[in-house]
Amino acid sequence: MRLLIIEDDRDAADYLVKAFREVGHVADHAIDGEEGLAMALGEQYDVLIIDRMLPKRDGLSVIGTLRAKSIETPALILSALGQVDDRVKGLRAGGDDYLPKPYSFSELLARVEVLARRRSGRSEETVYRVADLELDRLSHRVTRGESEIVLQPREFRLLEYLMKHAGQVVTRTMLLENVWDYHFDPQTNVIDVHMSRLRAKIDKGFARALLHTVRGAGYVIRDGK
Amino acid sequence: MASDSAAFDALKRATKEGLTALGKLLRTTLFKLSLVYLTVFALFAAFLIGYFAWTTSSLITQQITETIDAEINGLSELYNQGGIRRLLLLVDARSRRPGSNLYLVTTPAGEGLAGNVGTLQPGILERTGLTETSYRRLDEAEDAEHYALVRVVRLGGGFRLLVGRDVEERERLHDIILTAARWSVAVVVVLGLVGGIFVTRRVLKRIDAMTGTTRTIMEGDLGGRLPIAGTGDELDRLAANLNAMLERIEALMHGVKEVSDNIAHDLRTPLTRLRNRAEEALRTARGDGDYRAALENVLEESDGLIRTFNALLMIARAESGEIRENMDEFDAAEIVHDVAELYEPLADDKGLALKVDAPGPARVKGNRELISQTLANLIDNAIKYAAPKHAAPALAPAAGDALPDALPSGDNATAIVVSAATDGHRVLLSVADNGPGIPAADRSRVVERFVRLEQSRSQPGAGLGLSLAAAVARLHRGELVLGDNAPGLKATLVLPRV
Repeated sequence: MRLLIIEDDRDAADYLVKAFREVGHVADHAIDGEEGLAMALGEQYDVLIIDRMLPKRDGLSVIGTLRAKSIETPALILSALGQVDDRVKGLRAGGDDYLPKPYSFSELLARVEVLARRRSGRSEETVYRVADLELDRLSHRVTRGESEIVLQPREFRLLEYLMKHAGQVVTRTMLLENVWDYHFDPQTNVIDVHMSRLRAKIDKGFARALLHTVRGAGYVIRDGK
Repeated sequence: MASDSAAFDALKRATKEGLTALGKLLRTTLFKLSLVYLTVFALFAAFLIGYFAWTTSSLITQQITETIDAEINGLSELYNQGGIRRLLLLVDARSRRPGSNLYLVTTPAGEGLAGNVGTLQPGILERTGLTETSYRRLDEAEDAEHYALVRVVRLGGGFRLLVGRDVEERERLHDIILTAARWSVAVVVVLGLVGGIFVTRRVLKRIDAMTGTTRTIMEGDLGGRLPIAGTGDELDRLAANLNAMLERIEALMHGVKEVSDNIAHDLRTPLTRLRNRAEEALRTARGDGDYRAALENVLEESDGLIRTFNALLMIARAESGEIRENMDEFDAAEIVHDVAELYEPLADDKGLALKVDAPGPARVKGNRELISQTLANLIDNAIKYAAPKHAAPALAPAAGDALPDALPSGDNATAIVVSAATDGHRVLLSVADNGPGIPAADRSRVVERFVRLEQSRSQPGAGLGLSLAAAVARLHRGELVLGDNAPGLKATLVLPRV
């Protein structure tokens, strides 16, 4: 995966470039808005990571210009202004995701990977499959092997989101944002409790576990380890 | 020489100061306004006098015309009855009277037969209507010239008769009125200017006093207040309003100071802990495992710090009221269901029964995210403090508690009740638990701006929930009410209903 990081803090950018390289991605760095815009226009990237406040050209303006030229590369906005209305502004300006600073790298990585693969079009499928687990989005039926699994509406949406991003790590915050549409920190491990309930329903009694906890990051649903 | 130039400088400065003072006076709105009024009044005076002059003059003209017409009629009659001789005799007699009108009888050729007119403007005799002309009397010197209104009629036999009257009287009146006009306009201008300067100076003095006070306030003395003259006029009202504003600013500044003190305290403690952990690891760690554990600790600690920081920031933002722009209408009962659903498994895991009583609808106008977060914080607190169901003491139904969300008596399995209800113009969102509660004496204090109980202060993040709830309530022009759930705490978010 090829990334462009537009960030004026050189230390933060170096850290990100290095961290992404360690997990096997290529990341370029632009130091200001103008350079970032030029690079995003000139090269092919899978995801753009854009700081909100940049010298020469504001992050939102970079995204706006790209979108005006119909360059739809997914963009994740990093912002030190971690407030509700700021996030709304960022998404309205054409950003695809928003992460307030300070963030953990695992959170950023999970979000970037989801963004990069978003275009592969899984959302059009009506039935999601992971090993012998099946989720029918139209009839709202979930089966594993021969047996039907009865889920609460919220559990269904949780599983739907996980299976939509099967094989990818999703963080607790991503689940809270996408399944519950909450953008605040719930303080306690509420998501973990929901996940353990879901796990009890889809994995209990089966030889192979599909729902895995990724330590320090979040959850992933996949076939095998 | 040196003293001379110093004196000159002083004089120059004084002149300049005088000039700037005058300039300041001239630039005031009040003075400009007086100038406008002055112009209007001067124009009005001029118009009034002009109108007066015009009507008087036309009245006089009319009188003259009537006299002339009467005489011409009389003389014509005489001529018709008595012929030219009688006419000439009478005209001659009348011409000799002092202050008499003007008379002239001529032959068809234009030769004067009788009368007191010496010369006329040429061609006057040919015109028969009423005309104004210059003339000279017979007995006057060459250079004397007057103006008169005359009328000429042709008599039978080609004779012409002219009767006229001097208009000098009218002209004199004109002059008098003109002089009066000049004087009155001059007086209006002078009085207006003096009055304007006087009033402006008075007001300017008070404005200057206000400006002086505001300057000292801007320089940092927030305790200063604008002087109020006690006359109850518009300046007094302005000063009173500005004073009220200053009062509010002072309170806000006080709040900001408190916030920064709180931030300092709330962040300093975990920062110290963070630093200690790192230092300890450097000093005592024996190998990778120890370092890893220490780093994980540090990460956890910094996450806690971020959480506290976010909560403080959120409270400050709610307090500042700037989120008020991002508000829409929604059903709070739905939110109660949603948030309770998020926490229900957590409560269940802890052996607590969480019951929702929100039949809805309870429509409010507000920030959905903040109200959700507030409810989440309250429920989170309740779960932390509520007693598990097997240990729950028998709940006595609270006497007089008629609200629909009262714990159902006999159901001691329900540890937490989350409810939404409407009460007149209010929407009540409450979270009740059966934990230790908050002592009555502390309840009102805890809702105050940024006040946290000492017990909770030492715990990172915790305890800010109630402060945030109170701030969110204030943001929505509502309040957070903490009540006794006997036992336990019942926190109610009171919001205006739409």
